[in-house]
Amino acid sequence: MNLLSVKNLKVNYGGIEALKGISFDVNDGEIVTLIGANGAGKSTTLRAISGLAPISGGSIVYKGAPLPKTDPQKVVHNGITLAPEGRRVFPNLTTLENLKVGAYLRKDEEGIKKDIQYVYSLFPRLEERHWQMAGTLSGGEQQMLAVGRALMAKPKLIMMDEPSLGLAPLVVKDIFAIIKQINSEGVTVLLIEQNANAALKIAHRGYVLETGRITLTGTGMELFTNELVKQAYLGAAKKE
Amino acid sequence: MKKQTKRILNICIIALAIVFLYWLNANTSKQGMLVAILQKSAILAIAAVSMNLLNGFTGLFSLGQAGFMSIGAYVTSILVIPAENLNGIYYMTGVNQGLLNFRMAMANCPPWVQSFFPFLAILAGGLAAALFAALIGMPVLRLKSDYLAIATLGFSEIIRAVFSSPQMDSITNGSYGLKSVPNFPEMAGGLIPSLVTPFLIAAICILLMVLLINSSYGRAFKSIREDEIAAEAMGVNLLKHKELAFTASSFFTAVAGGLLAMYMRSIEAKTFSIALTYDILLIVVIGGIGSVSGSILSAFLVTAGKEWWLRFFDTPLYIGTWQAPLFRTGFRMVIFSILLMVVVLFYRRGLMGTNEFSWQGIMRFPQWFRRKFLKRKGAPPKGGDDT
Repeated sequence: MNLLSVKNLKVNYGGIEALKGISFDVNDGEIVTLIGANGAGKSTTLRAISGLAPISGGSIVYKGAPLPKTDPQKVVHNGITLAPEGRRVFPNLTTLENLKVGAYLRKDEEGIKKDIQYVYSLFPRLEERHWQMAGTLSGGEQQMLAVGRALMAKPKLIMMDEPSLGLAPLVVKDIFAIIKQINSEGVTVLLIEQNANAALKIAHRGYVLETGRITLTGTGMELFTNELVKQAYLGAAKKE
Repeated sequence: MKKQTKRILNICIIALAIVFLYWLNANTSKQGMLVAILQKSAILAIAAVSMNLLNGFTGLFSLGQAGFMSIGAYVTSILVIPAENLNGIYYMTGVNQGLLNFRMAMANCPPWVQSFFPFLAILAGGLAAALFAALIGMPVLRLKSDYLAIATLGFSEIIRAVFSSPQMDSITNGSYGLKSVPNFPEMAGGLIPSLVTPFLIAAICILLMVLLINSSYGRAFKSIREDEIAAEAMGVNLLKHKELAFTASSFFTAVAGGLLAMYMRSIEAKTFSIALTYDILLIVVIGGIGSVSGSILSAFLVTAGKEWWLRFFDTPLYIGTWQAPLFRTGFRMVIFSILLMVVVLFYRRGLMGTNEFSWQGIMRFPQWFRRKFLKRKGAPPKGGDDT
């Protein structure tokens, strides 16, 4: 089933065309990844879907209905959340408070409590540090918190912007394992990565984004073995 | 520490405060200075906490406090000045006829209704300021940081200019100000004497603000302060919450303004110049931006320091027959400013930082003191340079 379908999406930033009309689909229950170099427009795509960036053309259809534009509340309410780039946890709030802000639009106290326990079961480290200011957590813990916070809104679709940014390889492995687990529990994942190697390994399908255009598409494995992708994004894969 | 112990300690403190206030009430004549300082501190504490709600918890740097206080002070004063005094006060231009009729109608109400009027007047002042804040908030709150400060400062000055303008003479008495504002009202038929009223109102206001800060709205405020984009991505409506914080803060600021008018017994527009905003900002910064208990503590310390404890610097000091230089009127403010600089240098984040008062904190204080000031005592640190 088609959950999210982006058609010919265009975004302008102060006269510069960051997205020149991209189209892609995310099916229910999938992990879809957008890979690409810096400035390819990956983050812009996610910002446009979450309503944080103004859309200048094209359409975003979610569950068969157009998604409200530039209205982040409605987008979150509809079940799409964003774990933003660079984690952006609230540094002077405790871990627990961060999670509670993630559930801001929900009114069911019981459900929120249950989901906090669910996040703790995914990331036991967060439970150990629930009273600690988020700014004092390590980078990996902050990323866990960012993912956990995004899960607190009980999303159908969770969008992650570079969850591996600035993390040690071992921590990256953990995070990706968790992403797979979240997905297996029924949450669709739209993942954006520079670490194409790791992203393509867990993704069902992938798209390659280059300067505002989609240039390649295929299943995760197809892209992983594609010569062009190998040369451009999987420098490490050559050595294997 | 157990929850029950904490509760007992809290009840003890509150009981002590109540006993102390009633003792003050019985000894007003001897403790006049103390009463005046404490009342002013309580009023400024409301203003400081409401400024903290906006600046410290929502991250909106606003400098409009004096303006909102003046709205509260004027609305309250106009509604509580005894109706028979009105013609005497507005002797230059006469009272606005509508206002006079309204006040006459109020004076004709039965006495038990009239006993509520001072509180309703304070409430009316707060609501007027909240309405005004909601209106100017729509354009102003789209601005960020410094620009917001400049815009709110501008509005504050506009309010002051409007209140003192000749066109408003028949309502605000223009630049002559309003006199014979009655003292704080009694409550519950004298059970709560007028001396205690400002403390009770301050306690209620601060409690309401603390409840707001600890609610899910408060969490949304803090998330806006921390990271607007992340907050928006979590579904927090930025403008709605900024507007709410701004309106609530203005309401309580105006309540403080109304109480200030009752405290001073006469007001004029000049009282509510930018200097008043800076006084409140000073209290907030010294107490710690983002700490309610810090604001309350520093409201008392700053007021007492400025008005009372440093008074002796203003009077000439003789040691034998030698007169110490510098001790003359105004020297107190020099000392006060130096103390401020010392506090700001050594406690950059204010006395309390972003911490709140807690019994655990008090219990830990001796440990902390030992660590901080008596470090050299005891065993030398391991792996030092001298080994």
